[in-house]
Amino acid sequence: MKLQEYAAKELLVRAGLPVPPWSVADTPAEARSQAAAYLAAGADRVVIKAQVLVGGRGKAGGVKLAATADEAEAVAGAILGMDIKGITVRRVLVAPAADIVREYYLAAVLDRGARRIRIMGSAEGGVEIEQVAEEDPDAIVSLLAHPHLGLLDHQARQVAFAMGLGDRWKEAVPVIRGVFAAAIANDADLVEINPLAIVRSVEPDGTVSESIQALDAKVTLDDSALFRHPDLEALRDLSEEDPVDVEARGLGLSFIRLEGSIGCMVNGAGLAMATMDLVKRAGGEPANFLDIGGGAKADKVAAAMRLILSDASVQVILVNIFGGIARGDEVARGLLEARSQQTRDVPMVVRIVGTNADLAARILDESGVGIEAATSLDAAVERAVELARAAA
Amino acid sequence: MSILVDEHTRLLVQGITGREGLFHATQMQEYGTNIVAGTTPGKGGQVVLGKVPVFDTVAQAVLETGADTSVIYVPAGGAPDAILEAVDAGIGTIFCITEHIPVLDMLKVVAEVDARGVRLIGPNCPGATSPGKAKVGIIPGSIHLPGDVGLVSRSGTLTYEVVQALTDAGIGQSTCVGIGGDPIAGTNFTDVLTLFREDPETHAIVLMGEIGGDAEERAAAWKAEHMPDVPMVAFIAGRSAPPGRRMGHAGAIISGSGGTAEAKIAALEAAGIRVADTPSQIPGMLREAGYRA
Repeated sequence: MKLQEYAAKELLVRAGLPVPPWSVADTPAEARSQAAAYLAAGADRVVIKAQVLVGGRGKAGGVKLAATADEAEAVAGAILGMDIKGITVRRVLVAPAADIVREYYLAAVLDRGARRIRIMGSAEGGVEIEQVAEEDPDAIVSLLAHPHLGLLDHQARQVAFAMGLGDRWKEAVPVIRGVFAAAIANDADLVEINPLAIVRSVEPDGTVSESIQALDAKVTLDDSALFRHPDLEALRDLSEEDPVDVEARGLGLSFIRLEGSIGCMVNGAGLAMATMDLVKRAGGEPANFLDIGGGAKADKVAAAMRLILSDASVQVILVNIFGGIARGDEVARGLLEARSQQTRDVPMVVRIVGTNADLAARILDESGVGIEAATSLDAAVERAVELARAAA
Repeated sequence: MSILVDEHTRLLVQGITGREGLFHATQMQEYGTNIVAGTTPGKGGQVVLGKVPVFDTVAQAVLETGADTSVIYVPAGGAPDAILEAVDAGIGTIFCITEHIPVLDMLKVVAEVDARGVRLIGPNCPGATSPGKAKVGIIPGSIHLPGDVGLVSRSGTLTYEVVQALTDAGIGQSTCVGIGGDPIAGTNFTDVLTLFREDPETHAIVLMGEIGGDAEERAAAWKAEHMPDVPMVAFIAGRSAPPGRRMGHAGAIISGSGGTAEAKIAALEAAGIRVADTPSQIPGMLREAGYRA
């Protein structure tokens, strides 16, 4: 589960990391009053940032500065409702603009190959770290935390010095340890601060000071661990999710909506991906990824079918079941149940093999509802693509 | 021969009295797997499947039955501990079928498993079958044919699809191993290739990968260096998967520019391994790669 910046920053604060104040606005009027408060408290300008879970919002015009409350309202009005890579912006973050002296990069990320949490730091902050990795890999310091002992002090010092934070290493070490601690405390696959920055601030009495601050935050949580963080589930931004995805999650189905016209219902994630790949290879476009899981019962199959049909662009449904734990006859019964409630006449190509496949074939055959049976995966895919073409 | 499981395997089923555990224990026993014991805390003293004693602890089960391999059907909350209980009891090979185990738990578990020299397959895996000898896990027994092609896969049902295609083409299997779809796995492709290389009766290999991580790339490089002459065909699921979305398996995600099907296919082909576009092409491609049954 990816968190919006405002939620990710909340987790950083809980881990003791320095984050400048921020607030969240759903309307231009809210943004205006929040901006006015920051400006009255001494900020020169405020920054308004689109809250979306896709990268590249800055380039897309989703991050803007404002010097007055009027300007803040206008900027927020422009960003709210903006489309960034297919996502509509519904919320903005408002914060005093930081006076940045220098930008850095800092992250704790799951390294699958090493099977450890990797700490990565760089003096090249504020840009895509993948770009840095490609162009100047030596600019990144990276080391692995111990799975039992965690990130050790000397490791954090090593990162601090290598990042060029040597002259303020005593301030940097708790920040580096804090990023690791935030990952562990929240079961996060990724905690990324980009930029981490040295920020200049002027006190009311005129004294100037500099400190390390986290100016942005990206956190991805491990879905499998959410059961032990019930409070974090509340941070999920449902407004940015496809309602169908949300419904599927409630049903315990793994569903991802795509752009095409061929609805796919498959058991098993690998087979579901392979089925989509074959549809594409045959010249069709899958409308979704759907894994109904092992041991799916008839009612779950019927619910899955309703989800697929709720997408108006679906012209054909392709069912591919390799019965192992899943029983072919259960799936067939679910298909018939869904068919009986179906309001739209969409052709269905069904391929069921494995456990109780013969029973499934008989159930579908005797139903007389015009479900086309296919014996091989290749034949099923070909037929589905053919029907989709005819419907287009 | 075969790898990981065979007719000498003395299997312990952890969570044997649960719905999943009992169902699959029955299937495994019917296939001919030698199940010597089961465990469920609090149910010690029971007998299931006609003759399999149930123990409260793995230590007791190992002591009394000499179990050397275990398969875990314990829910995610208890599965990491179940793995470590098997390690502590001296089990040498552990299959963890359970899915949705938190990643941070697995980081600790695999560190301990590695330090103790134990083999863990999974989690979130379908297990392994050595046709005609033993099946451990949830792979349907009926699809197999004994033979000399080794198969290793990150998937479940997609594996069945390919095994069925091989069997239909008259190509038998030495062992079929599912290593699981999680980002952190006890055993990776390269580990299984290493075992296949040491197995005198595995003469060709099928590798079923998918998007996410770089285990396929590493396996390709290892294969090119260590077993260049063994015929091998691969398949990568997820060519049409959108980036940044988890495709059912926790580990099946394209993150940034990493983990794409294109990168994996390129690495496999660069290592001289043919990559099939569809599962049905695999038997023919194996023969083209020089495999003779």
